[in-house]
Amino acid sequence: MVQTLAYLKETPSQTAGPYVHIGCTPNFSGISGIFETDLGSGPLANEQARGERITIRGFVYDGLGSPLKDALVEIWQADADGLYNSPAETRGRADPNFFGWGRQPGDMQTGEFVFHTVKPGRTPFRPNDPRLMAPHILFWIVARGINIGLQTRMYFSDEEAANAEDPVLARIEHRQRVRTLIGAREGETVRFDIHLQGENETVFFDM
Amino acid sequence: MKTAPPETGAFFARDRIWHPPALTPGYKTSVLRSPQKALISLEGTTTELTGPVFGHNMLGPTDNDLIVNYARPGEMAIGQRILVHGRVLDERGRGVPGVLVEFWQANAGGRYRHKKETYLAAIDPNFGGVGRTITDDEGGYWFKTIQPGAYPWPNGVNDWRPAHIHFSVFGHGFAQRLITQMYFEGDPMIARCPIVRTIPDPQAIEQLIAPLDWNATVPMDMRAYKFDIVLRGRRSTLFENRKEGN
Ligand SMILES: [Fe+2]
Repeated sequence: MVQTLAYLKETPSQTAGPYVHIGCTPNFSGISGIFETDLGSGPLANEQARGERITIRGFVYDGLGSPLKDALVEIWQADADGLYNSPAETRGRADPNFFGWGRQPGDMQTGEFVFHTVKPGRTPFRPNDPRLMAPHILFWIVARGINIGLQTRMYFSDEEAANAEDPVLARIEHRQRVRTLIGAREGETVRFDIHLQGENETVFFDM
Repeated sequence: MKTAPPETGAFFARDRIWHPPALTPGYKTSVLRSPQKALISLEGTTTELTGPVFGHNMLGPTDNDLIVNYARPGEMAIGQRILVHGRVLDERGRGVPGVLVEFWQANAGGRYRHKKETYLAAIDPNFGGVGRTITDDEGGYWFKTIQPGAYPWPNGVNDWRPAHIHFSVFGHGFAQRLITQMYFEGDPMIARCPIVRTIPDPQAIEQLIAPLDWNATVPMDMRAYKFDIVLRGRRSTLFENRKEGN
């Protein structure tokens, strides 16, 4: 007999369900008085933070092209200099006026989600691989009918050169799918729609 | 929290066979909400290795007491009082400190406090159904609540959810982000539930069933259930892999 490997198994995921907003954005769902504010509901950076202000707007569409009205979206990104506000960031300290994480429900009537943040800087691919990734924001989507959180990324339409050398985008074999990850810059607004299925199905990652 | 140097090793690959697949026709809503193309798999980058930190100072005194945190002064939520406790561990079996754990649930009658909820069971004016906590140095956490009720839901003609509590968990890297549900030992409805059955492996389902923990039960006060949560582990940086292309 060989020795036993003592690894545990990761707890399996279950859908966030129709009432994820009770747990994650209770004030939004009408339950006030327990938490002062909904965690992650403010801008990702305050007014003193360095960098270019952007507003991200988008919808999450199902396989028939209907926008989800019960989804919850979280984002995570580097500051304007490409530093993460995390203890695992080993290259320096992120801008103290920048938090880096946000959480928003889709609008109950339209389904649109909105994030106010700053445009992230470029970050190294991995701790031991200094190749730069293009500016990007991690997106994580949960909702009723989604059994395990869907992870994707938004890149920027005004970063063509950086996008062209991004080591993650380079992994996408079907090159016509890369466009599903590019947020469309229109002034301060960046439009980024997520398609769960269909011709324009967004690229989702297992990372 | 301990001041050990931050861990920066890569996360173990997620075992996608252990988790539910995206498309599970028995859970009808998944049919139009499941990506149909293959996920792009690669070891995480700086973005997924890092993640936000939540400090204990953000917590209010009753954030982890659902029996009173929405109740009028001096009143309490109706239902069987329970203590839910456990540890957040990684796949290497180590406690994970500083983890934000959020939870939400139906009331004792199986009714959620939500605009879109139409089940005829009564709303409890003293129960909001949401709480949160942050794990201690050993990864431990606990909260007080009432035993949630089972409830019917529109899927099949006669589908009911077993009693459950929803959990949202933030580890140290975004790659560990997880949402799941806890079930209660001995509930015959677990095996019938189409959402439980999105998980293919019966052993994986067992990992979501909290046992009655008699030793942690508080005499004359509340019974206890133990629910440990396991997040992805990470490799030691001593054995970090080579750069791609080298
Ligand atoms: Fe539920």
